[in-house]
Amino acid sequence: MSLRILVGCKRVIDYAVKIRVKPDKSGVITEGVKHSMNPFDEIAIEEAVRMKEKKIAKEIVAFSCGPTQCQETLRTALAMGADRGIHVEVSGPEYETLQPLHISKMLAKLAKDEQIDLIIVGKQAIDDDCNQTAQMTAALLDWPQATSASKIEAKDGSLQVVREIDGGLETIKVKLPSVVSADLRLNEPRYATLPNIMKAKKKPIKKLAPKDLGVDVSPRIQVVTVEEPPVRQAGAKVENVDAVVEKLKALGHA
Amino acid sequence: MALQLRRLSLGLAKFQQARNASILTSLPETHELLRKTCRDFAEGELKPNASRFDKEHLYPKEQILKMGEIGLMAIVVPETLGGAGLDYLAYAVAMEEISRGCASAGVIMSVNNSLYIGPLMKYGNDQQKRDWIQPFVNGDKVGCFALSEPGNGSDAGAASTTAVASSDGGWKLNGTKAWITNGYESEATVVFATTDKSLKHKGISAFVVPKPTPGLSLGKKEDKLGIRGSSTCNLIFEDCSIPKENMLGKPGYGFKIAMSTLDGGRVGIAAQALGIGQAALDCAVDYASKRKAFGQSITKLQSIQNKIADMALQLESARLLTWRAAALQDEGKIFIKEAAMAKLAASEAATFISHQAIQILGGMGYVADMPAERHYRDARITEIYEGTSEIQRLVIAGNVLKEYGV
Repeated sequence: MSLRILVGCKRVIDYAVKIRVKPDKSGVITEGVKHSMNPFDEIAIEEAVRMKEKKIAKEIVAFSCGPTQCQETLRTALAMGADRGIHVEVSGPEYETLQPLHISKMLAKLAKDEQIDLIIVGKQAIDDDCNQTAQMTAALLDWPQATSASKIEAKDGSLQVVREIDGGLETIKVKLPSVVSADLRLNEPRYATLPNIMKAKKKPIKKLAPKDLGVDVSPRIQVVTVEEPPVRQAGAKVENVDAVVEKLKALGHA
Repeated sequence: MALQLRRLSLGLAKFQQARNASILTSLPETHELLRKTCRDFAEGELKPNASRFDKEHLYPKEQILKMGEIGLMAIVVPETLGGAGLDYLAYAVAMEEISRGCASAGVIMSVNNSLYIGPLMKYGNDQQKRDWIQPFVNGDKVGCFALSEPGNGSDAGAASTTAVASSDGGWKLNGTKAWITNGYESEATVVFATTDKSLKHKGISAFVVPKPTPGLSLGKKEDKLGIRGSSTCNLIFEDCSIPKENMLGKPGYGFKIAMSTLDGGRVGIAAQALGIGQAALDCAVDYASKRKAFGQSITKLQSIQNKIADMALQLESARLLTWRAAALQDEGKIFIKEAAMAKLAASEAATFISHQAIQILGGMGYVADMPAERHYRDARITEIYEGTSEIQRLVIAGNVLKEYGV
């Protein structure tokens, strides 16, 4: 097998940062805040690189959509072992209202243009927690999908994927080409080696506009307000179990 | 993942050209990416374990191996010998990030890079590089550097360890070396011994000695105040025979080799001190942002703000000095004064910052629940090893006066 893999890498606010809402409640503060690659997308890149090392894949294309700084995200992907990057530049208000459907349309178009055999994305992004992009992309392409993957094995033109589902683990077989979304336990991403970081600088990143892919990124939603979660209230102590039940009933919870 | 021995098509000279003097404002893109990788590694692999390494005096073997895989144990060594093929600025950036996670891992990395591999790269012949550098690049084996003795530290010219020529052309070493970092885990050492006492410091030569070897024994592991994850002990040479191929550089060049090696080592230790200082500053600001007194967060209090300003100022100043020394080294220019300034500034910054960090944390700074006390203990050694602050001042003054021609 020698697959060409497309990996989606989203630039998100770093998981360790304390999120703060803008004073005008229009969104969260992103200016000057540390950003990194979505952790699930790091797992996706790592899986693609491992497939290339096992000679199952021949080329890895990393994709990111967003402002100029997405190039840094792509450089990280290249340093980890991707061969080239594609940056679809979207910024400003259009970036704020970008939705999984827009990204899915871009991935679908790129899959056709670049003759992709396998798309791997993280199962969800840690900023919007949508868990939609893989599924929508598969539907747009009419390709099979294997989401929340915790193990991928390539066998004779198809993939055997173990999925983490609510009830436990489900093993399915999907024919290629297909879309897979990476879950937490799929692998542990590597640290880029110093020589690879140097080499990443030479790898090409192609810049595109959404219209080059025929995708309209005008907003489909409008953000009304963004607020912090309510401050946690103090609890109340009661004497015994009956009193607990009474209290719960009174508060409308039972 | 094995370290790949690929040839870099990128000429290092071309890369250095592109990276101009704008390190005054920001690091070049590659170095930023490198810094991020090292920071992620330090946060993931070192920071969660640093307290345990300290409490248990544990050598971080697993982490050193992982650092080796990334290329951190031989940063400036060319890829042909299995190193990462990067420059000294990259080394300084990497040292700071690693030390920010764990100061012990930092010193183990620094000794291997600057003090062991450093002189071998500069003064070793091709065979010596193959025998003594190549196996020591991936974290599996580490080296050490033996100059100080129980009777002399700063006074390096007074070395009393002797190397007497044997009839087979080899050498027999006798004497004791003290305060050797990586003493226990290292599998080779660069050691300095007097071959001709009448020539005083021009009679000292450098040798590379494998460990273990007959006639070389180790003293007890020192029970140190800080950097407890790295081992420190005496190396005791008793009629230790080494073949003639093991002399490093020319006879009588030992002192020169030691001094030039220490210049490079000073950039590494300066960067280690920056890492410790940064970690202490991070700890202090994090605590202050959450602590309330007199009805508000203590970050609103002037006393705390004054401290934070002074801490940040010392750290940034030392960092710029460190980067400049590294950049001069990369350009092949003389950097003795700048290296001394960097090491002095950074080590005094580290002790100042960690001292103030404890003060900001108050009682919490004094207990092991918070890392402030460990940073305080780790910082202290940076003013002593690889040239005491007093020696750095002599070096700086000597160079400044020479510049004035007086």
